[in-house]
Amino acid sequence: MTDNGHAATDGAPRRDFLMLVTGAFAAVGVGAIAWPFIASLQPAKDTLALASTDVELAPIAEGQAITVMWRGKPVFVRNRTAKEIQEARAVPTNSLPDPATDQSRVQKDQWLILVGICTHLGCVPTGQRATDARGDYGGWFCPCHGSHYDTSGRIRKGPAPRNLDVPQYAFTSDTKIRIG
Amino acid sequence: MSIGLHNSEFKNPVVRWIDQRMPVFTMMQKEYGTFPTPKNFNYFWNFGALAMVTLMIMIATGIFLSMHYAAHTSLAFDSVERIMRDVNFGWLIRYIHMNGASMFFIVVYIHIFRGMYYGSYKAPRELLWMLGVVIFLLMMATAFMGYVLPWGQMSFWGATVITNLFSAFPVVGNFIVELLWGGFSVDNPTLNRFFSLHYLLPFVIFGVVFLHVAALHITGSNNPLGIEPKGPQDTLPFHPYYTAKDSVGLVVYFIVFAVLVFFAPNYLGHPDNYIPANPLVTPPHIVPEWYFLPYYAILRAVPDKLGGVLLMFGSILVWFVLPWLDRSPVRSMRFRPLARIFFLLWTVCFLVLLWVGAKPAEGTYVLIARIATAYYFAYFLVILPMLAKFERPLPLPESISRAVLGGGPLPMGAAAKPMEKA
Repeated sequence: MTDNGHAATDGAPRRDFLMLVTGAFAAVGVGAIAWPFIASLQPAKDTLALASTDVELAPIAEGQAITVMWRGKPVFVRNRTAKEIQEARAVPTNSLPDPATDQSRVQKDQWLILVGICTHLGCVPTGQRATDARGDYGGWFCPCHGSHYDTSGRIRKGPAPRNLDVPQYAFTSDTKIRIG
Repeated sequence: MSIGLHNSEFKNPVVRWIDQRMPVFTMMQKEYGTFPTPKNFNYFWNFGALAMVTLMIMIATGIFLSMHYAAHTSLAFDSVERIMRDVNFGWLIRYIHMNGASMFFIVVYIHIFRGMYYGSYKAPRELLWMLGVVIFLLMMATAFMGYVLPWGQMSFWGATVITNLFSAFPVVGNFIVELLWGGFSVDNPTLNRFFSLHYLLPFVIFGVVFLHVAALHITGSNNPLGIEPKGPQDTLPFHPYYTAKDSVGLVVYFIVFAVLVFFAPNYLGHPDNYIPANPLVTPPHIVPEWYFLPYYAILRAVPDKLGGVLLMFGSILVWFVLPWLDRSPVRSMRFRPLARIFFLLWTVCFLVLLWVGAKPAEGTYVLIARIATAYYFAYFLVILPMLAKFERPLPLPESISRAVLGGGPLPMGAAAKPMEKA
């Protein structure tokens, strides 16, 4: 409160000052009360504790894909064939809607790990099973609004704005990953 | 001014636009701004506002708790423990809600005590008083059902004992009890309906509080002298005088509340309720929450099942007819030298019942409970009706302003602004 220099001259600024201080205290008080209530709506500790998932890769044959749950969402784990890898790498990066090299999206060439949520409006694209529609580029196809993803999970055609997200994960051994 | 619009006195164009079409600002200004309020309130008159604030705290914390609570016998206890351990600030919100129930009863008991001491139930405020008793009964039902939700041992056995009270009624007793249970014992259907009703009733309370306040704003507030304001010199506008006084009380109240929540959150609870409900084992010493103890003591003081239940319900229902039991025209007990002593004795009896309700029902405790119960009812049914005939009240002051200021009615032009009605 710097504007109370003239408080001594008459009563009105003094009253203004008191009103402002009272109001400021009330505002801080309301904020302090609101904070724990809003925080209580954020993910609880047990929810956060479930935020990593271990996946055993050994049973997944080449060309096969599995879907695992991570934070309530599907994660695609795909053991790519040499042909699929080569297709993904043959595309000139700057021709893509969301430019990214295949190398930047994998840690080991054959293993592609993706969050299986279409970046358009959150549907789960098809393409995990060999019999599924995989779209024009052999990766995934989102049936909701027709987005086509390639064998690197990059958006190639349709309304989705971004490539399928790559979750944070690490190889805990040659045949095991921990997502999250 | 177009036809059909309210003639608003507000200058702010947005406020004015709304007020012309729906005069809520005019109404708030009339009911909480200029509302003429007796100028001699003491701090006992804070407790209505405190109760209102507590109701809002309970509804707010309750809504947030219900987002994490699971109303199922196999999940309820664990979901409450999850709130305490895992949900961000869940411990705080639950402790506020838990202790808020106790604070609510403390505040409302003082509010009722004030109404009884200063004769706030007397004409023309009988309906206002009766609506208050309805609120209190709804509060009791809500608090009881809320206590069942954590599904601990006290929850379960409290629910069992209280619902079994209704089995005392002849013919319809068992029907009522099965209706409450939705089965043949307190079980999952009971928990589900209690959760549903526990969520519903606070909003019903809110509605009755609205009626309570609406009735209050017709008759105006009583005051420590119990005499009606005779004009503007006896009143002050509600704002800023009583908004400020209520705020002071509110700050003190929050300090007490916070001490309980942060330093003794389980002081008023029972450790047994942190043991999951077990329908096969009753805890050795079961007692209700402290605010029900006086009625529990009355229940146990009577050696007959139906008689005990009737007396227990009667101990609160008798409040409904209090305006007609106390026929003395003098409201405030400041001017009733005998009633004042008998009433303070009644208050002591109430506290004795509260104390004895937590003791085992044996030996001297039963005798004490019986004496206190007898006086509890004698005060209402015998002493008050007789006092109206035999008591000689002290002379009442001529007016509030004369009593407050000592001298004659002063001009008081400075404090009392012109008001719409006196």
